Amino acid sequence: MSAPKTEWPLWEVFIRSRQGLSHKHVGSLHAADATMAISNARDVYTRRQEGTSIWVVKAEDITASTPSDKDVLFDPANDKIYRHPTFYDLPDEVKNM
Amino acid sequence: MTQEMDLNQRFEAYIASDQKIEAKDWMPDAYRKTLIRQISQHAHSEIIGMQPEGNWITRAPSLKRKSILLAKVQDEAGHGLYLYSAAETLGISRDEMLNALHTGKSKYSSIFNYPTLAWADIGAIGWLVDGAAIMNQVPLCKCSYGPYARAMVRVCKEESFHQRQGFEIMLNLSNGKPEQKEMAQDALNRWWWPSLMMFGPNDASSKHSEQNMRWKIKRFSNDELRQRFVDMTVPQAELLGLTVPDPDLNWNEATGHYDFGPINWSEFEQVVAGNGPCNRERIETRVTAHENGAWVRDAAAAYAAKSAERAASQTSAA
Repeated sequence: MSAPKTEWPLWEVFIRSRQGLSHKHVGSLHAADATMAISNARDVYTRRQEGTSIWVVKAEDITASTPSDKDVLFDPANDKIYRHPTFYDLPDEVKNM
Repeated sequence: MTQEMDLNQRFEAYIASDQKIEAKDWMPDAYRKTLIRQISQHAHSEIIGMQPEGNWITRAPSLKRKSILLAKVQDEAGHGLYLYSAAETLGISRDEMLNALHTGKSKYSSIFNYPTLAWADIGAIGWLVDGAAIMNQVPLCKCSYGPYARAMVRVCKEESFHQRQGFEIMLNLSNGKPEQKEMAQDALNRWWWPSLMMFGPNDASSKHSEQNMRWKIKRFSNDELRQRFVDMTVPQAELLGLTVPDPDLNWNEATGHYDFGPINWSEFEQVVAGNGPCNRERIETRVTAHENGAWVRDAAAAYAAKSAERAASQTSAA
């Protein structure tokens, strides 16, 4: 057992800035539970109409890739340039493809 | 060892190419430490900074001014919270930071150890103190540590309202009755020099500057930013019809800058050392607020635990 936690848990906050856009990470805050996290997020991150919807996720529930995995995860995409449209040479007569 | 060297090389390469360092990236211990020190002190300054202005909320001269001041003080709380969050990404807990503030182990900006004696002080703080803060903070939006830089973008967006409302208070007082103008002048007299001190010691005697410039935490030197602040603010004082309390202040045609008189660094050192007019009161107020809020934090935590238990037992029953 680690030392007893006196702090409220940490929550990561995601805000949809307006309809049609996805939620975006804006920061974090402490709150005792999810309901309080939402109302704190409202006060901390949307004082100037920055959002139309809020997600809160307990920070400990997020699984993240580690920077040392970067090469393993992302390098294989490097040599697959044929996935990009610019890889293909087409005659100028073909417009807008 | 070689792995450490590789990591360090990658870190240096990131810094050199102006890429951001993110929370989970490898970083030298000293970089982490200096960021924790700077970001937590910055957060503390926002939180302690609520006190001198909070002092006037109940005595604001109109409902409009009271609403504005409330919103501003609430913003300062918000800024403190963004910054504490940014510091937490470096592996320090909120409790540790608050404890360091409450025990005097961690500092905050010494400007907040001066008292707000009159309503005009609220104008002077917005105009000068927030003006100086903006000068310091805008370059931090480009700081090499991602979470700090992003928090600063948010802070800077909100800070402009703070400075403008302060200048407007000064403008109204300066255009008012002679007593009001006198009040504005008196506030300028008292806040001018402490505002110049906000940029920190002269470059020659600044402890953390050089390394922080190399790591791109800091982008401009203390003296550079101070000069910019003077150059920007003096014409604004003229616009208000107020006199900057510095007999040595002069426009220097050759340099294209204002020359200004020597700063009283022994006063600065005294205030930093804890002997300013309000140091003790500020910390006492903070600690009392924290202690008086303990039962609320405990009750909310107990309620959350109980609700979670109840929800769990209901699921298992069903």
